[in-house]
Amino acid sequence: MSTSHAISSNRATGESGGEIVRYTLSERLQHWLGALTYIYCLITGLAFWSPYMYWLAAIVGGGPTARFWHPWFGLAFAVSVGWMYKIWRGDLTTTDADRRWWKAIDHYVENDDEKLPPVGRFNFGQKLFFWLMFFGVILLLISGLGLWFVESIPWSLRWLRYLAVTVHVVAAMATIGAFIIHIYMSVFMEPESFHAMVHGRVSDAWARTYHRLWYEQVTKGTSGQK
Amino acid sequence: MSQATLAIKRISGHAGTAPGDDVERDYQVCKLVDTTTCIGCKACEVACLEWNGYTFTDTVFDNSYQTMPETSWNYWNLIKFNEHEREDGSITLLMRKDQCMHCADPGCLAACPADGAIVQYTNGIVDFQQQNCIGCGYCVSGCPFDIPKFNPKTKKMFKCTLCVDRVSEGLEPACIKSCPTGCLHFGSKDDMVDLAETRAKQLRENYGIEKAGVYDPAGVGGTGVIYVLHDVSNPEAYGGLPKDPHIPWVVRFWKGPAKWIGNLAMLGGILGVTLHYLRYGPKEVHDEDGKNGNGGKL
Repeated sequence: MSTSHAISSNRATGESGGEIVRYTLSERLQHWLGALTYIYCLITGLAFWSPYMYWLAAIVGGGPTARFWHPWFGLAFAVSVGWMYKIWRGDLTTTDADRRWWKAIDHYVENDDEKLPPVGRFNFGQKLFFWLMFFGVILLLISGLGLWFVESIPWSLRWLRYLAVTVHVVAAMATIGAFIIHIYMSVFMEPESFHAMVHGRVSDAWARTYHRLWYEQVTKGTSGQK
Repeated sequence: MSQATLAIKRISGHAGTAPGDDVERDYQVCKLVDTTTCIGCKACEVACLEWNGYTFTDTVFDNSYQTMPETSWNYWNLIKFNEHEREDGSITLLMRKDQCMHCADPGCLAACPADGAIVQYTNGIVDFQQQNCIGCGYCVSGCPFDIPKFNPKTKKMFKCTLCVDRVSEGLEPACIKSCPTGCLHFGSKDDMVDLAETRAKQLRENYGIEKAGVYDPAGVGGTGVIYVLHDVSNPEAYGGLPKDPHIPWVVRFWKGPAKWIGNLAMLGGILGVTLHYLRYGPKEVHDEDGKNGNGGKL
């Protein structure tokens, strides 16, 4: 965990009202690169998806402009997810703590978080979200290339054109489902996690409540905390 | 091309009705191509270029009389030359003028997401409106005849317009005008089907071409371009004319049930998280370890 050093050095005074670094600048940058490019693809993609949402293309410059940029923003999104994979991979493997947490997911849904087993830097829901986006973007990228260069797919292999359409739609819908939950969780359910993704810091209390194992790991050896 | 004074009965990517929804014209226009009298002179190809204002560009020679391998964005009319071995082992050259078929049930229009980029007039002509085209290429996936082609410079799709600009002024399409053998005819769909059936009957009864027949595929609701073929049981021999063309079922599903399933799922997701928020509200930090047990909230 490359962030541990930064966290120790950026550690606030050790009082219980203190803050710790949750996301470094580069983590926040890549997250917002991913967020921006995904939202662009979402808006333009929904415009192409349904005539009743075609008006969405107007807010990003009109149909031809939306069509021109959609694949490029898609590529940028794929790059940002690849970047996330590179720096977060170590924090995203499933652990025994995750399995215990997942079994008790009802408590999470019902906001009885104090009854949940402690988890590390990311809970299992966040990990699921990442992996869904990760495999989703791979499918979107491959099928998207098929849609982008549809005329390069020979007529004799036209089933690939149809497969590309199907995979792109199904993968996009899966990511949209995950995206709705992601926005809901991070902005509405736990506003402090949105704050953390902007400013990089969370309160000690927040970290202890939701990511106790991570909190204990990064604060080990610093003064005043167990 | 031109909207002229023609009423429109179908509009691609359109939320709502089309102005011609309740219009019933007493005839549809139709082009008849009699492959048995085509001599492969390519006058129709030249006339098409001339009328539509394209100049001839480089092509590839592939050891046939064919001008180029496929139609292209600026070459909408192409005679496909196919060497065909008869049952007795002799060789014949099948020639078929390839172009947009102007399907009654057009797959390009079904697949298109851009409002008004593809329209079908009440006379049956399917026409691209390039000013509304976004160049996505979905029509390529929707077409069972592989007709729409992309201009990489303007990023718009193009295909045969059935000379809608001429037809709406009472003229016949440029290709018809140029044909020296009379293998091309233009008129109402009913008249063209009559003429085609008569010709096919003549071929069967007077020339002993037993399998002669009319190609007007029902899978796409019939077409605005019909063929008389020597062997209607094997249209594939004429440069890949599909035997039973349909709008791909994937495109049908994508533009039909998938829309409803997807839209309901998205709405359901938004509704679900809203209900959850109303029921449980935001999470609160529980921090028994901290001195401010209630705290931690920013």
